[in-house]
Amino acid sequence: MAHGPATLADGWVKYISRWVFTTNHKDIGTLYLWFSFAMFILGGSFAMIIRAELFQPGMQLIKPEFFNQMTTMHGLVMVFGAIMPAFVGLANWLIPMMIGAPDMALPRMNNLSFWILPFAFAILVATLFMEGGGPNFGWTFYAPLSTTYAPDTVNYFIFGVHIMGASSIMGSINIIATVMNMRAPGMTYMKMPMFVWTWLITAFLLVAVMPVLAGAVTMMLTDINFGTSFFDAAGGGDPVLFQHIFWFFGHPEVYIIILPAFGVVSQIIPTFSRKPLFGYSSMVYATASIAFMSFIVWAHHMFTVGMPIAGELYFMYATMLIAVPTGVKVFNWITTMYKGSLTFETPMLFSIAFVILFTFGGFTGLMLSIAAADIQYHDTYFVVAHFHYVMVAGAVFSGTAAVYYWLPKWCGKMYDETMGKVQFWIAFIGFNITFMPQHFLGLAGMPRRYADYGLQFADWNMVSSIGAFMYGAAQILFLFNVVRTITHGKPVDKPEVWEGAEGLEWTVPTPAPYHTFEKPPQVK
Amino acid sequence: MLKRAQALFLRSLGAVLALVYVGGANSESAASQLNMPQGVTEVSQAAYDIHMIMMWICTVIGIAVFGFMFYVMYAHRKSRGAVAENFHENVLVELLWTIVPAIILIVMAIPATSALLKVYDTENADIDIKVTGYQWKWQYEYLGEDVKFMSELRTPQDEIYGREPKGEHYLREVTEPLVLPAGKKVRFLITGNDVIHSWWVPDFGVKRDAVPGLFTSAWAKTDKPGTYVGECTELCGSGHAFMPVVVEVKEQAEYDQWLADKKAAAAEYASTIGKQWTFDELMVKGEEVYNRSCAGCHAVNGEGIPGVFPALKNSVIALGPVVEHLRVVVDGIPGTAMQSFADQLSEVDIAAVIHYERNAWGNDVGDITQPIDVLNYKQAK
Repeated sequence: MAHGPATLADGWVKYISRWVFTTNHKDIGTLYLWFSFAMFILGGSFAMIIRAELFQPGMQLIKPEFFNQMTTMHGLVMVFGAIMPAFVGLANWLIPMMIGAPDMALPRMNNLSFWILPFAFAILVATLFMEGGGPNFGWTFYAPLSTTYAPDTVNYFIFGVHIMGASSIMGSINIIATVMNMRAPGMTYMKMPMFVWTWLITAFLLVAVMPVLAGAVTMMLTDINFGTSFFDAAGGGDPVLFQHIFWFFGHPEVYIIILPAFGVVSQIIPTFSRKPLFGYSSMVYATASIAFMSFIVWAHHMFTVGMPIAGELYFMYATMLIAVPTGVKVFNWITTMYKGSLTFETPMLFSIAFVILFTFGGFTGLMLSIAAADIQYHDTYFVVAHFHYVMVAGAVFSGTAAVYYWLPKWCGKMYDETMGKVQFWIAFIGFNITFMPQHFLGLAGMPRRYADYGLQFADWNMVSSIGAFMYGAAQILFLFNVVRTITHGKPVDKPEVWEGAEGLEWTVPTPAPYHTFEKPPQVK
Repeated sequence: MLKRAQALFLRSLGAVLALVYVGGANSESAASQLNMPQGVTEVSQAAYDIHMIMMWICTVIGIAVFGFMFYVMYAHRKSRGAVAENFHENVLVELLWTIVPAIILIVMAIPATSALLKVYDTENADIDIKVTGYQWKWQYEYLGEDVKFMSELRTPQDEIYGREPKGEHYLREVTEPLVLPAGKKVRFLITGNDVIHSWWVPDFGVKRDAVPGLFTSAWAKTDKPGTYVGECTELCGSGHAFMPVVVEVKEQAEYDQWLADKKAAAAEYASTIGKQWTFDELMVKGEEVYNRSCAGCHAVNGEGIPGVFPALKNSVIALGPVVEHLRVVVDGIPGTAMQSFADQLSEVDIAAVIHYERNAWGNDVGDITQPIDVLNYKQAK
């Protein structure tokens, strides 16, 4: 081994320098994962403030102005700070080990793409403490609320989004370069693990749409500061143009979040079914077609904006079609379990919950695609419930499953199974108590982003808040379990860790050494 | 039969879930708050029907898929001695579960399309009403009738901030509801004045974004008189949750009477605009208008929200020459959230509110601004 990583024993200067200057994919993966967990807790605490205020009708704890900042920051921090970096962290750790590469293709850029992120979020979160407060226009920041009518701090928000976008683009270029160039001999494209496939496709989505987001915020910037009128009707612009541009980014964005989650689940379910993934090639094609379709359905977020009926019909039909490849994936996962030999360790529990709850969110997604009904659902809690079923039970559950699944490989210690299962059940029950009633609230007529509501919505809001506190508590248990595993976990030394685990990452020693596959393995 | 079964299902589901939670002071029956309203128009009925069709299709598919999944989780577990097989491909089933869902979707698309055609059928309306979204109120203008008014939240701040018990119609009451005649096709022409709002009446199946600089249209026709409550559904700032929509549908005769009364009141108002108000009359009126239309940004105590909305207490404008004050309120300040109130408030309201701002919270200019001054300012432009 050329050189080992500095530890605390080498003194704190060396130790900190190791993390700041690291070009090691495992170190950078670890940084991404811890950063995203910190953001997850931050975004989660915003959610707790929201649910505490909504516990009862009336304004009790905060003012509507601050409530809007909380809903906005919750969305931004969770999407850009928690979920996306978490999957980039997993990609960093796992893609080189899965394809038999010694590191990422562009290690210095890898370091840069991580280290600009904390600055982006420091800038974004700092606005909460500035005069005028943080962004208060929703994570979708529709103009002109986010331009003419925004607090001055919107310029910090724009700068923050630019940095996050740059980080994402660098991260995805790195993944594309790594997967295309650094696969071990014999590792053909159709032999790559599903996680690598889903990330490769996700990376292309990112490279395609992050510049669109950058364009949208740049137009905002010039509208606000340099007198242009892209989104100002009074100057010949069009506020609806903003929505088209935003959702041309925003719809692929939600698949950017969910595709790596599909990949994670496609790794875990075969392991604990002790049976290969069913329909591997159809999984690959389904992922590619979902990615393609994500570009041609954006305006289904805008069914009430007053589009011509031809546009409305087109976007409805196109959106409905997404159910086909998504259904293929769900059927494949279930058939993988069929006639397997199933055990239910914590990662498997989270993965099964993912399949059930994500499919449930898929059903409500299908309902939302029907434009005539969407006129009633649009911008209500029904939508909030829908996207939390796919984002939380989708992306967050699979991220949790991934941590439990690969943690023994990362740190060479086994987590506490009982504590993992307890966390799973608290999270699962808490999640459903939080978000199931939100379907009813939405159907009964409660709009989203409401700081206060009429008395008829009081009961379900209270139930939802209780569930949210429960779900929040489960995350503390998660943190505790992970930290305890690292400090006190039972050592594991088998390379494959899990009985049914397949793949190159399970052939290296446990814990994974600082440098792996310095000589490429031969894949048959 | 289907509807009864479904109502029963939802009610029992509600009962099960109700066991989960403790307390809940408000008993406005949870069971009736679980599903989309059928509403009172063709469009809302169409939305409800397609919603139910989709929900049942999803329910059936869900039961089949999850049922199979739970069977697998029970039958093929290692603890029951299951030994894994090794198959991982089957072209036939893979084709089947691609083609069958595609066919189901094509079948679903037929009622979905016909429902959408109803939504867009805005031709041949009997009445046109222009709906304009303001931060944070609605303006209704009966086109061709010369009737125009603002409709804003009537719930007092004290109820919102818990200083008084909440009334029965908390956040569902407005100063003046939109009034429609039963049995007539009404077309809404919807636009926004400042930011984007969205005008939603669930019982009409009408939700349309109110976009500044753009007109969108929707329609409603119902035979059922009654009061229908809706909401603003596009985030529009700090008052987003506080601009409900209330619509009263009246029988034709009652509606005609109401319209005649509105016109008479407008004529009477025009004839009294020259009346001289006393200092105290204007203070009372001004406080009412201020708390309704200005306090959302500038706060009840006139101190604004630091860094976002300026204070009026001890402000240069409120203590300076009245013509500057008139300019700000009547014309607004372009490029900021301070909009023109010329169309939103009457001359009396503007005079009263300016008077109040100059003489409340320790501001003590002491002058009197009369409605006629406002009218003169407007006409001088």
